[in-house]
Amino acid sequence: MYSQGLIGANTETKETQEFLDAFQARIDAEIKIEPNDPMPAAYRKTLIRMIGQHAHSEIVGMLPEGNWITRAPTLRRKVALLAKVQDEGGHGLYLYSAAETLGVSREQMTEELLNGSAKYSSIFNYPTPTWADIGAIGWLVDGAAIMNQVPLCRCSYGPYARAMIRVCKEESFHQRQGYELMKTLTEGNEDQKQMAQDALNRWWWPSIMMFGPSDTDSQHSDQSMKWKIKRFTNDELRQKFIDATVPQAKLIGLTLPDPDLKWNENKNEDGGYDFGEINWDEFWKVVKGHGMMNKDRIRARKKAWDDGAWVRDAALAYAKKSEQQNSEAA
Amino acid sequence: MTDSPLMPLWEVFIRPRNGLNHKHVGSLHAADAKMAMQAARDVYTRREEGNSIWVVRASDIVASDPDNADENFDPAADKVYRHPSFYDIPDEVGHM
Repeated sequence: MYSQGLIGANTETKETQEFLDAFQARIDAEIKIEPNDPMPAAYRKTLIRMIGQHAHSEIVGMLPEGNWITRAPTLRRKVALLAKVQDEGGHGLYLYSAAETLGVSREQMTEELLNGSAKYSSIFNYPTPTWADIGAIGWLVDGAAIMNQVPLCRCSYGPYARAMIRVCKEESFHQRQGYELMKTLTEGNEDQKQMAQDALNRWWWPSIMMFGPSDTDSQHSDQSMKWKIKRFTNDELRQKFIDATVPQAKLIGLTLPDPDLKWNENKNEDGGYDFGEINWDEFWKVVKGHGMMNKDRIRARKKAWDDGAWVRDAALAYAKKSEQQNSEAA
Repeated sequence: MTDSPLMPLWEVFIRPRNGLNHKHVGSLHAADAKMAMQAARDVYTRREEGNSIWVVRASDIVASDPDNADENFDPAADKVYRHPSFYDIPDEVGHM
């Protein structure tokens, strides 16, 4: 709300120590920050970057799955996949709307995605060559996303927190349908079981990379935690995800592709799994645009945007003309 | 990117069921009211969230200024006599 009023508005704040302290005191008292409230420029900038990146991820995330809608093996799977992809589109919208309340326009965010200056989750730069990939995405990618999003429901910025509540409510079926799909494959013939294992082998490491760089290398983490934009660090969330997923894989007879996975009862308070070294070179390569599908994803988004230009123009022209005709008739 | 004007912003309000208020649920962009209504239906009522939708052009909303929040809303804080618990009545009266 109010977002278009903020576009181009002077959102500069005089950031005296007194102002910053008063802002921190509000955060510490768990008082949510709302769109027109005074906030440090860095708080605004961090949120625009983070929410924008989240929104782009939802939108680009429709592409790898959309790839399989027409080839879903049963009607039950097809309606589930259609509903899921439609949800992702909606989630992108909620998030773009939340970012817009900070004074950035939708058009500007779209431009930044298309020209490569804005990022989206590295995970969507991996291809989906088999049907089992749809199961792996729902189970692992949505599972990781939920792990990340649940604490964001308590983010200090009101519109982001509210968007996350809606997203989390809708997303719980996404993970379940993915896990169910994988389970069904593991109960099939040897080829089907192999297909599930192969998808898990390819998606496991990229999924745990989704939580981002390790806390020791993450440049944004400290201040975001202090401002309660984030509630947990990347490594904490990654650990939670691994601890939750290992027994799920075991239950359906699949093996996680990490020989170093081992229960360690001395890890953290209640124990946790030790795991192998993450290939951060691969992560940074994909983030920097050299993943398998980076070029295809942006090409698809650009085509959708360009091909839709005449529709947007026509809708605006029609609205303008109708308004004129109405005022003449009145 | 073209020089097209920005697509207008609309705020969406949904009534979950008869007897309740319409409640703000989010916003969207659309060229006119009819398209805003269609998009609101597609985006915000995918899971039986309601039976009635309002869409309002965001630019038509008049909002109070957060800078004036103190003078607007603080004066109510010391008017406890507007609440029933301010008044002493005998316990024997029971619920009143």
